[in-house]
Amino acid sequence: MDEKTLKNIIEEVMKEMAVVGATAPAGKPAGRSAETPSTSLVITETGTAARGTNPREIVIGLAAAFGGRQTQTIIGLPHDQVVKEICAGIEEEGLSYRFIRLFRTADVGFIAHEAAKLSGSGIGIGIQSRGTTVIHQKDLPPLSNLELFSQSPLIDLETFRAIGKNAAKYAKGESPSPVPVRNDQMARPKYQAIAALLHIKETQLLDPNKKTQELRVEYR
Amino acid sequence: MRSKRFEALDARPVNQDGYVTEWSEVGLIAMNGPNDPKPSIRVEGGKVVELDGKQRADFDMIDSFIADYAIRLDNAEAVCKMDSLELARKLVDINVPRSEVVKLTTSMTPAKITEVVGKMTVLEMMMAVAKMRARLTPANQCHVTNLKDNPVQIAADAAEASLRGFAEEETTVGIGRYAPFNAMAIMVGAQVGRPGILTQCAVEEATELNLGMRGFTAYAETVSVYGTEAVFMDGDDTPWSKAFLASCYASRGLKMRFTSGTGSEVQMGYAEGKSMLYLEARCIYITKGAGSQGIQNGSVSCVGVPAAVPGGIRAILAENLIAMALDLECASSNDQTFTHSDLRRVARSLMQFVPGTDFICSGYSATPNYDNMFAGSNWDADDYDDWLIIQRDLKIDGGLVPVLEVDVVAARNKAARALQAVFKNLGLTEITDAEVEAATYARGSQDMPARNVVEDLKSAEDMMKRGTTGVDIAKALIKGGFEDVADAVFGMLKQRVAGDYLHTSAILTRNFEVISAVNQPNDYRGPMTGYQISDEKWAILQDIRQAISPESI
Repeated sequence: MDEKTLKNIIEEVMKEMAVVGATAPAGKPAGRSAETPSTSLVITETGTAARGTNPREIVIGLAAAFGGRQTQTIIGLPHDQVVKEICAGIEEEGLSYRFIRLFRTADVGFIAHEAAKLSGSGIGIGIQSRGTTVIHQKDLPPLSNLELFSQSPLIDLETFRAIGKNAAKYAKGESPSPVPVRNDQMARPKYQAIAALLHIKETQLLDPNKKTQELRVEYR
Repeated sequence: MRSKRFEALDARPVNQDGYVTEWSEVGLIAMNGPNDPKPSIRVEGGKVVELDGKQRADFDMIDSFIADYAIRLDNAEAVCKMDSLELARKLVDINVPRSEVVKLTTSMTPAKITEVVGKMTVLEMMMAVAKMRARLTPANQCHVTNLKDNPVQIAADAAEASLRGFAEEETTVGIGRYAPFNAMAIMVGAQVGRPGILTQCAVEEATELNLGMRGFTAYAETVSVYGTEAVFMDGDDTPWSKAFLASCYASRGLKMRFTSGTGSEVQMGYAEGKSMLYLEARCIYITKGAGSQGIQNGSVSCVGVPAAVPGGIRAILAENLIAMALDLECASSNDQTFTHSDLRRVARSLMQFVPGTDFICSGYSATPNYDNMFAGSNWDADDYDDWLIIQRDLKIDGGLVPVLEVDVVAARNKAARALQAVFKNLGLTEITDAEVEAATYARGSQDMPARNVVEDLKSAEDMMKRGTTGVDIAKALIKGGFEDVADAVFGMLKQRVAGDYLHTSAILTRNFEVISAVNQPNDYRGPMTGYQISDEKWAILQDIRQAISPESI
């Protein structure tokens, strides 16, 4: 392990601790920085998204602002790290992935369902900018799901990796143990109004006439 | 240098909550919004041609639905022209009976009723709630869930909740595929505690309907409606599709109510710059127009949004009042966490607790909040004694009664054993004696042994494929020696055929007699009228285990 990796890990842990022991002033969610943090994500639209044929792929559907106008989740996890963790989880299971972005809706259930329908394996992941995530399967009703992570303030990087891993396992026809659901009844009092603001800003980017786009996702 | 006083204040729970300032352009405003339409209605040839400042040609689908189905038109134009302040006074005035007010309110447009309640203080609204609540006797509903979706614990918690007085019990899931087990567990457990308790399982709509049609649940509640077209379309829905779903439940003799609440539209980013209360009023009119007997409202899961803006808790009471004024059953929320502050959570609940509603909480968490899978309730199992003592302090009936530990332990044990027998006789995964023992004495899922989740999910899926119904559950109970519980489960199934509990605000007694707004309407007309706590009930409410009797010293 080189020095840089070690430094990253320490930073990560510090950030996590800041979130756990949050005593932020009212109205400001802990861990989330007021300024837009720089992101290493470079996301380019490459045309209308097509249905895949590779049974060993997972399609990851991003909400309109993810990795663009918004760059961190509600608790301040940078979107580039979120993407890296999900992808690492999928890779651990030996599967591949590709990205799409939806403009018709910001509803994470529909984003995940659209991703699943376009996925060669029939399994998709949908993710909103604030971090809310769903694992979906193309034959399920849109508002059903395989796994739902509805409380965005509780989703840490470890969970994002586990989400990627489980999505890949579903694609392989396995029945993985669902990623343990977390529950914090105090997430709503602290975060809900902020979540609304983040979502308003996400929906302001929607375009009902724009088709779902295939994305090229790179890191600077 | 920091003021030590401000440092101490900053550390208080109330300052852990999120607050935002109003942003009326995107609808981040509770009520009395500057962009809310002015009330108007014009009827030509029995058809609404203008509604709240819009001509029919400009109606969106919600306007059309409300105009065509939700307003009593014979007197609508006249009521709209009446002074809103005078109408607000009639809502509060004990000398104007409910039946007279309902004729006026059901003739109002959404903008009109929003304007009327906008003239009222919370105290006046509470007076109006005491009069406008549909059912005479107030009641309460609880949540029975846990972090592990452990069905044995659900059965035990449900049985305890029935003993404690809840008239309705609601479960949901952490993992969607657990739904059949959770629905079964809450029904069996609730019937052990007291026959006639209504149970439901809040999950994805198609699954929820399926569970109801099989007889795993007795009612449904989470049929959500929204106040703007864009939010409806985000969920691939319309008022008509919701009305269709409502009729599906009715066709199978299942009670159902809609759900909506202030803040949902702005939470989803499509509030069209209107206040939360005006948009909620549209939801309540959709509910009325769709023919649903009732609604769960009071912001519900969006409560963090109105609670973060000025006057938000007032708006929540106002939306409950609008539902009652439209002659609907109102399950008045008080369910979801919205604050770290014990003071704030009590202040918020007194709005419905004091006047009484059809279901004061919808629901009260029958588990510690760490197990509440609706993301935490405003009240939880650790607050049971606080609730009971507030009832005793104020001499109000909040739907709960004091219980003895020995009775609770016995009911929990019987419920766990009954579910064990059901699982065994339906060929499902095993429930061990150790789990029964743990559930009998558990406070929450931290006290429960882990189950094999993958096996449970396979077993539940397999059971659904086999077409198992409520009758099979009753049979399995008889086979296991739980004939009384089987009778209760079968009694619930018979309600679907009789259909009497489809009336507004219906609940059941232990003998399966329906109590509703039809046979027990609220007739409040001021002091010593309406719902009065009987001497027998008052004796029960007083009798808390903590009180020391003078004779004992």
